[in-house]
Amino acid sequence: MSTSADQTPATTDLVTVTIDGIETHVEQGTLIIRAAEQIGIEIPRFCDHPLLKPAGACRQCLVDVASPGPDGNLRAFPKPQASCTMPVTEGMVVNTQNTSEEAERAQKGVMELLLINHPLDCPVCDKGGECPLQNQAMSHGRGESRFVDVKRVFEKPLALSSEILLDRERCILCQRCTRFSQEIAGDAFIDLQNRGAMQQIGTFNEDVLGFDGYGPVGAAAEDETGNAFSSYYSGNTIQICPVGALTSASYRFRSRPFDLVSSPGISEHDSSGSAIRTDHRRGKILRRLADNDPVVNEEWVTDKDRFAFAWQNLADRITQPLVRKDGELVEASWPEALAAAAAGLTAAIGKTGTPADKKAKGVGVLPGGRVTLEDAYAYAKFARLVLDTNDVDARTRWSSDEEQAFLGASVAGTGLGVTFAELEKAPTVLLVGFEPEDEGGVVFLRLKKSAGRQKVFTVASHLSRGPEKLGATLLPAVPGHEASVVASLKGAKAAYKDLRAPGSIIVVGERAAASPGTLTAVEALAKRAKARVAWIPRRAGERGAVEAGALPGLLPGGRDAAVTAARNAVAKAWGASSLPNTKGRDADAIIAAASAKALDALVIGGVDDSDLTEDLLKAITNAKFTVSLEVRRTAVADAADVVLPVAPPSEKSGTFVNWEGRLRAFGTAIHTDAMSDHRVLDLLARQLGTDLGTATVDAINAELASLGAAATSHRPKAPAEPTPAAPKKSGGTDGELVLATWHQLVDEGALQDGEPYLAGTGRMAVARVSPATAEALGLHGVITVTAKRRGAIDVPVAVTEGMVDNVVWLPTKSPGSWVAQQLGVQPGDTVVVKGAAS
Amino acid sequence: MTDHREESHEAFTSNLPQPGGIAGALMPVAGFGVTLRNFFRPTVTEQYPTTPANVQPRYHGRHQLNRYADGLEKCIGCELCAWACPADAIYVEGDSNTPDAQFSPGERYGRVYQINYLRCIFCGLCIEACPTRALTMTNEFEMAGPTREGLIYEKHDLLAPMEEGMLAAPHPMAPGTTDTEYYTGDVLRTTPEQEAWVRAHRPDDETLPENQPVREGHIPHSEQSGPGTPTPLGAKRFINGTGGGI
Ligand code: SF4
Ligand code: SF4
Ligand code: SF4
Ligand code: FES
Repeated sequence: MSTSADQTPATTDLVTVTIDGIETHVEQGTLIIRAAEQIGIEIPRFCDHPLLKPAGACRQCLVDVASPGPDGNLRAFPKPQASCTMPVTEGMVVNTQNTSEEAERAQKGVMELLLINHPLDCPVCDKGGECPLQNQAMSHGRGESRFVDVKRVFEKPLALSSEILLDRERCILCQRCTRFSQEIAGDAFIDLQNRGAMQQIGTFNEDVLGFDGYGPVGAAAEDETGNAFSSYYSGNTIQICPVGALTSASYRFRSRPFDLVSSPGISEHDSSGSAIRTDHRRGKILRRLADNDPVVNEEWVTDKDRFAFAWQNLADRITQPLVRKDGELVEASWPEALAAAAAGLTAAIGKTGTPADKKAKGVGVLPGGRVTLEDAYAYAKFARLVLDTNDVDARTRWSSDEEQAFLGASVAGTGLGVTFAELEKAPTVLLVGFEPEDEGGVVFLRLKKSAGRQKVFTVASHLSRGPEKLGATLLPAVPGHEASVVASLKGAKAAYKDLRAPGSIIVVGERAAASPGTLTAVEALAKRAKARVAWIPRRAGERGAVEAGALPGLLPGGRDAAVTAARNAVAKAWGASSLPNTKGRDADAIIAAASAKALDALVIGGVDDSDLTEDLLKAITNAKFTVSLEVRRTAVADAADVVLPVAPPSEKSGTFVNWEGRLRAFGTAIHTDAMSDHRVLDLLARQLGTDLGTATVDAINAELASLGAAATSHRPKAPAEPTPAAPKKSGGTDGELVLATWHQLVDEGALQDGEPYLAGTGRMAVARVSPATAEALGLHGVITVTAKRRGAIDVPVAVTEGMVDNVVWLPTKSPGSWVAQQLGVQPGDTVVVKGAAS
Repeated sequence: MTDHREESHEAFTSNLPQPGGIAGALMPVAGFGVTLRNFFRPTVTEQYPTTPANVQPRYHGRHQLNRYADGLEKCIGCELCAWACPADAIYVEGDSNTPDAQFSPGERYGRVYQINYLRCIFCGLCIEACPTRALTMTNEFEMAGPTREGLIYEKHDLLAPMEEGMLAAPHPMAPGTTDTEYYTGDVLRTTPEQEAWVRAHRPDDETLPENQPVREGHIPHSEQSGPGTPTPLGAKRFINGTGGGI
């Protein structure tokens, strides 16, 4: 293969180079090692990584190079050269270990040097069996060791965080890990320390390393705990370390590569749809790795994607249907459970044929935000066709009608919109209600790639660590009043001028729904500045639920449930005479209605009651009947009348639609007899006398394809919510502050259960206030935050420079700070803050 | 063409010299001479199972997981034996040694160790693969049982018997040693510190000197399995020590 050179030999940026006697044409600036790869010549290497800048640290890739001098004669370099740092030049002649004895001798020498202090750890080393050092020592090293002296020893292993362990003896100082953390993640938590034989990778903590007269090379970026920052992306260093120097506590000594079956998949943790690889042994997941997908996550995933998988197989996993008998949930057979569920739902929808039918108040459906496209579609169809209601909402988070209109008008059925690549190239990015690191995961890594070249503005209460690393400019906003900040971007405002550069993008997060008028203002701004809008929710199933119509006012493809023609089009495709035309309730309204006994029954998917400001458990208690489709014995399942077990993501196939609108289909990693939600709903519908047609993924996708996207006339109108008046300048000494909050990436979300090592890398829960607010209210030490509901949150206060006054920020679900459950409020609401009684 | 097969149809005649006279006359019963001769030779028939079978010293029998001289296990749970096994008979899961539970010298030990004797072909490749000489083979071949499960031998079925100077794992490594000293054979028996540790953590441990019945040489295997470890099916064990192997 000689790249595209054959078709366009005249292009000036192609250079001709001869490697091992094979002439090839490559683009100018190509590294020798890449050029060799293109013609199938493998040069051994350790430090070289296609996504990191060249370093030339390990010297394993030495080759003989000659290039034409000024006189046109070929002149050989006096010594072998590192092929991973040297770009090819016109007429260059390269001889690798295949054709040059000198190169081979040099490579063998480097290998011998690398192995001098390398321990004989292969039998106890987690990398054994998939180790580039093992492999290349076999293919390019000496068979026998000549080393007779004592090897250098280090204490092992050294815990860099609760998850990442470092074995310095095995490190070959290739600096892939340090380059990753600096270039890609922007968290310089490790670096090369010391010199000579004692050179080592290390943190900046003098107590951990025996520095012996040397100081650490720099200062650590510290968080509120005084510890070095735990990076959200540190797991990637384990995967790129070419030896077993960096290992994870959770996978330590768990298995060998030959035990593992690897299945490609898509992460269920965020809306990016990162490609992952699930490695399992005898039906048990042992680890997850990042898969290479250049258009989405490149080769990186977040630590949550990588380490949080234990939740799927905890002791509370449900494998048998449960039916409530005499007040107790007992195991039942599938036919029995389906019959019980059908009976309860029939009564609630008034189809029993008895006089009691007149009093039936209907059913509300809460699929949860973690469903696949297929599952969401089945819930949406089940609600409309079987339960005859529009009371279905997958948005079990802060949401609004304005958001629904926005999603229907500009997101659903629009196909691939703004992409990762466009986000990376955008000259200006405006973030509204979106934290790239905490809420975006790999989205942050794409923005970080362009840091310095890209202008980033963020509408937020303060500059959190993510935007700070991006060099973002804060457009300070009081939570709930983002709309006025967005609306004010016009005319001579710097941010507005930058946003008008072609290709600029406005990223709006799911929290915008909690701030009235924001989405309207964003749409208006996008029109003004000719920028594009990307909606990036947090959960993996959000976009799929929008596409599938699992929202009260939306039918599949962005059709408005209030438009008769749109309803009829869907009814026709579903073989029904008509679809319900009542206005559907959203999640909060469904819960409120059930609590007030205005709904008889609930069908609940993967919803964690602690994520909701409304009291879901009370709603279940007050509803006559509840069917829960759950993986685990959660509080919701415990309170339900019939529990139907469903498959976790590793045991099913389906599609997540990521925020770009890209379909991320995945297959079953572990084959069990667990069924997906869509299949269970199909069985339940059958029991209720309706053929839902959602038994298989293929059937659903065929239906979705035939439905297609909505015509413009069938869509909801773009939102037109007025911008609320400017906040009244209250605050004062009564301790009333406006709440700002969002989820930190590593927190106590239900999908991170059972993984203590990951939890240990989470950021500490603190309450953030501006210096002026702290001073005015005398806040220091541990403070107490209260609101209308139940509990109070006691967390240490962190005074944050540059923060908006009269605002307090709390993490939404970090240890000790469960805002939705404990306070029952949403961002923009008022909370009362009291300092420690000192 | 002529058919050669038909042409070569001849009667068989032996090339051997044909004896004549008396020898020739006795020919039909000469075979009994062999029987008669062996009547007076020592018998080689083995009276197994009434007397023990006589196998060669390097016979490939049941595996054994050896211990170091202080009782720590040699197996590090590296799975190389499982990797080497052509019959996929070995299943290993490693785990981390901790200060509270040190089963083998160093960082790693074999938490789960199973050999499925329904699969094992006794080729000994696992023995060659073992980097710590933890795995060797004994001369025991009597492995039969009424159930399949019983023929999957667990770690406690395979561990070598405790010898003089050993303490049951887990216990800390001998003070001041690393896994290297263990490997090079410089740890010769338990130290008082190790005994004190076991005494503090498991005062009833059968391998503590004060808890041992007066004995000579090896204790029988049946006394090996600590309280709570069931004697497995088909566990009629030979007590020939560390026999066989490397
Ligand atoms: S890093 Fe590779 S070569 Fe080194 S001990 Fe581990 S497996 Fe062996
Ligand atoms: S720890 Fe691994 S990635 Fe980092 S320098 Fe050492 S060998 Fe390279
Ligand atoms: S018996 Fe030997 S080869 Fe097998 S796991 Fe133990 S140490 Fe490794
Ligand atoms: S790969 Fe070229 S110096 Fe390391």
